[in-house]
Amino acid sequence: MATTTLEPRAGTYRQSWVLDWLTTVDHKKIGILYILNSFLFFFAAGILALLIRAELAVPGLQFTDYDTYNQAFTMHGTIMIFLFIVPVLAGFGNYIVPLQLGAPDMAFPRINALSFWLLPLGGGLIFSGYLFGGAAAEGWTMYTPLSNAPYARNVGTDLWIIGLTLVGTASILGAVNFIATIFKMRAPGMTLFRMPIFVWTILVTATLILLATPVLTAGLIALFIDRNYGGSFFDPSVGGNPILWQHIFWFFGHPEVYIVILPAMGVVSEVLPVFSRKPLFGYKAFVFATIAIGLLSFSVWAHHMFTTGAVFLPFFAFMTTLIAIPTGVKMFNWLGTLWRGKLMLTTPMLFALGFLSMFLIGGISGVMLGQPPFDFHVQDTYFVVAHLHYVFFGGSVFGVFAATYYWFPKMTGRRLNEPLGKIHFWIHFIGFNLAFFPMHQLGLDGMPRRIADYDPNAGWTLLNFVSTIGAFMIAVSIIPFLINVVATFINGERVGDDPWEANTLEWATSSPPPPHNFDRLPPIHSERPLFFLTHGHGHPAERPEDLVEEELVDEKPGDIEERPEDLV
Amino acid sequence: MSAQSMPARPAEQPHPKVPHQQGMPTALVGMLLFIASEVMFFGGLFATYFNARAAVPAGTWEPPPGGHLDLPLAAVLTVILVASSFTMQFGVWAIRRGDTGKLKLWTGITLALGVLFLIGQLYDYSMLGFGIADGPFGTTFYTLTGFHGAHVFGGAVGLAIILARAMRGQFSARNHVAVEAVSMYWHFVDVVWIAVFTTIYFLR
Repeated sequence: MATTTLEPRAGTYRQSWVLDWLTTVDHKKIGILYILNSFLFFFAAGILALLIRAELAVPGLQFTDYDTYNQAFTMHGTIMIFLFIVPVLAGFGNYIVPLQLGAPDMAFPRINALSFWLLPLGGGLIFSGYLFGGAAAEGWTMYTPLSNAPYARNVGTDLWIIGLTLVGTASILGAVNFIATIFKMRAPGMTLFRMPIFVWTILVTATLILLATPVLTAGLIALFIDRNYGGSFFDPSVGGNPILWQHIFWFFGHPEVYIVILPAMGVVSEVLPVFSRKPLFGYKAFVFATIAIGLLSFSVWAHHMFTTGAVFLPFFAFMTTLIAIPTGVKMFNWLGTLWRGKLMLTTPMLFALGFLSMFLIGGISGVMLGQPPFDFHVQDTYFVVAHLHYVFFGGSVFGVFAATYYWFPKMTGRRLNEPLGKIHFWIHFIGFNLAFFPMHQLGLDGMPRRIADYDPNAGWTLLNFVSTIGAFMIAVSIIPFLINVVATFINGERVGDDPWEANTLEWATSSPPPPHNFDRLPPIHSERPLFFLTHGHGHPAERPEDLVEEELVDEKPGDIEERPEDLV
Repeated sequence: MSAQSMPARPAEQPHPKVPHQQGMPTALVGMLLFIASEVMFFGGLFATYFNARAAVPAGTWEPPPGGHLDLPLAAVLTVILVASSFTMQFGVWAIRRGDTGKLKLWTGITLALGVLFLIGQLYDYSMLGFGIADGPFGTTFYTLTGFHGAHVFGGAVGLAIILARAMRGQFSARNHVAVEAVSMYWHFVDVVWIAVFTTIYFLR
């Protein structure tokens, strides 16, 4: 009989690191590729945002013509949402979810690589419109009939459709992978209600992606047929229905809003307990609130379409307002976590607290917009722009930065510099509010969105100028961030495996983790296995039989706290 | 917050070499999830169809002038595709018993029926007398049936791979998850066709 024991050095043949990264199926490397790729698109879309704000600083056309401006805001919105926020959160999910579950990798590693590589391809196609006579210019919502062929002849719109279809396919495959991983790859002892909150939010997000994105794909294909094969889905001049596009787009688009915010909520729910030195207040309430938001998200799409006159206002207004309830539950989860905690104002904690305050403003303006009488007043004004930036930027992007500062030590073994991080946060936070808070007033004053120029006598000049200063402050705040990342990566403070004394399993392995993630796993009796490993036992959910089992494996000193009497 | 202040870790359990597998195989979970997304994709296409129908007065949803629908041919195609679902399942049952010969036979028949369906659909398209640019009826008809056809084509590619792998002897009674996954997909494509067929030809 031949031996089946593997030669220990098998598989460690030499390979160039470029080829290694291009062909990797390791979820950690793919996660980092996701994050790097997303930040590149973030900077590209950010430059477009600066172009928009520079143009709007004062009345008149200074830097762009109308067509360039239309392309700029279309590409800014599309790239920020589809190629920055969604993939960067998917990237953190890729890196963190298998680690938090105690799994060696994602369920389908090669499909994982495919879903990543479709992103630069799709994003490149969307951007390549600039090389072929102009990018898509009809807004990220691509409303028909404006985007139908007779009115938007540029090939950039077709490239936008194809690119977005690929990006959507990448999302769907990623969602399949996440759900299969979460249901099939959990470590022994990790029941659903012992999963970290971040995993729960990724699970609900993946379900929304799985069920909402294919509908957008159907709509994109219909639009492509309309534009290129003489179809009549959306163009009323050949018997189509332009409102149908809005239904399809927002049936996807509103779940998309939660696809973008839920993982950020998950990040914040990981960061707040660690830096309050407390468990998350109301774990199960948070989980059920997340599920409730996911369910409600499929019945609110038409609140984007109140002014079309084609939807039943009371139903959609009611369902929209209902979403405030689970969201409010979460707000109390977070506040209850902070309450009487031993707060440590590290950079990830600052971004998490920034998320709380900014997302609260965005949530409140969201409830206002959900009321038809108010919505009729501000539809398509800068009030909507202010609202969506408070939830996307003040919410999701603050969550992205919290995640970056929080998990950077896990990915590199080095902690980002705290003073530089705090400089980044404060310039970012003040710049964000300067840029977007005045837009509420501009919207109430009647300034429409998507205009390149405005009347000097309209009274919008001062607030626009303030907003432009804020936008450039955000850009400036990225400089200390980039310096921080590069300097720390080269020569940062080495902080060991668990610099934050955190709760979840990703900190129970080395930083960065080995390719197979774990040599050993701690016993999992709660959603905070690492906390109970390092701080002793005593979780009320722990059953006596578990303790007996553990004493059997307890073989070295270091269990610093005695077990509480009531459990012995 | 430094690593030095960390208490030493007590004993940890050895990590199991293989994640414990129970219930449905992971590959089938993945296929079911993918099928769920496909359901939503066809849901979107059906939505465009019903939206277009609802826009015309009742009783006037007809093929464009000069065109017609060929119900007998569509019924024959339906029989072919439904039969292929049965032959696929016979193949799955065969490999569950470990009968690789029957697996090859039934997979081959299923593939042939799938190709026959596609040829019949293309023939049907060539005889109908209207095109995708001929108003909402033509657009929705060709989009629904065309995307279903594209999925049949995708399923046929999957069947061809299964057949090739079966020829190489890669499946056994214990190891045939790919056969199960492709058969799930094939049944799904069949069910979609039944929905497309009844909607287009009978829901008048």
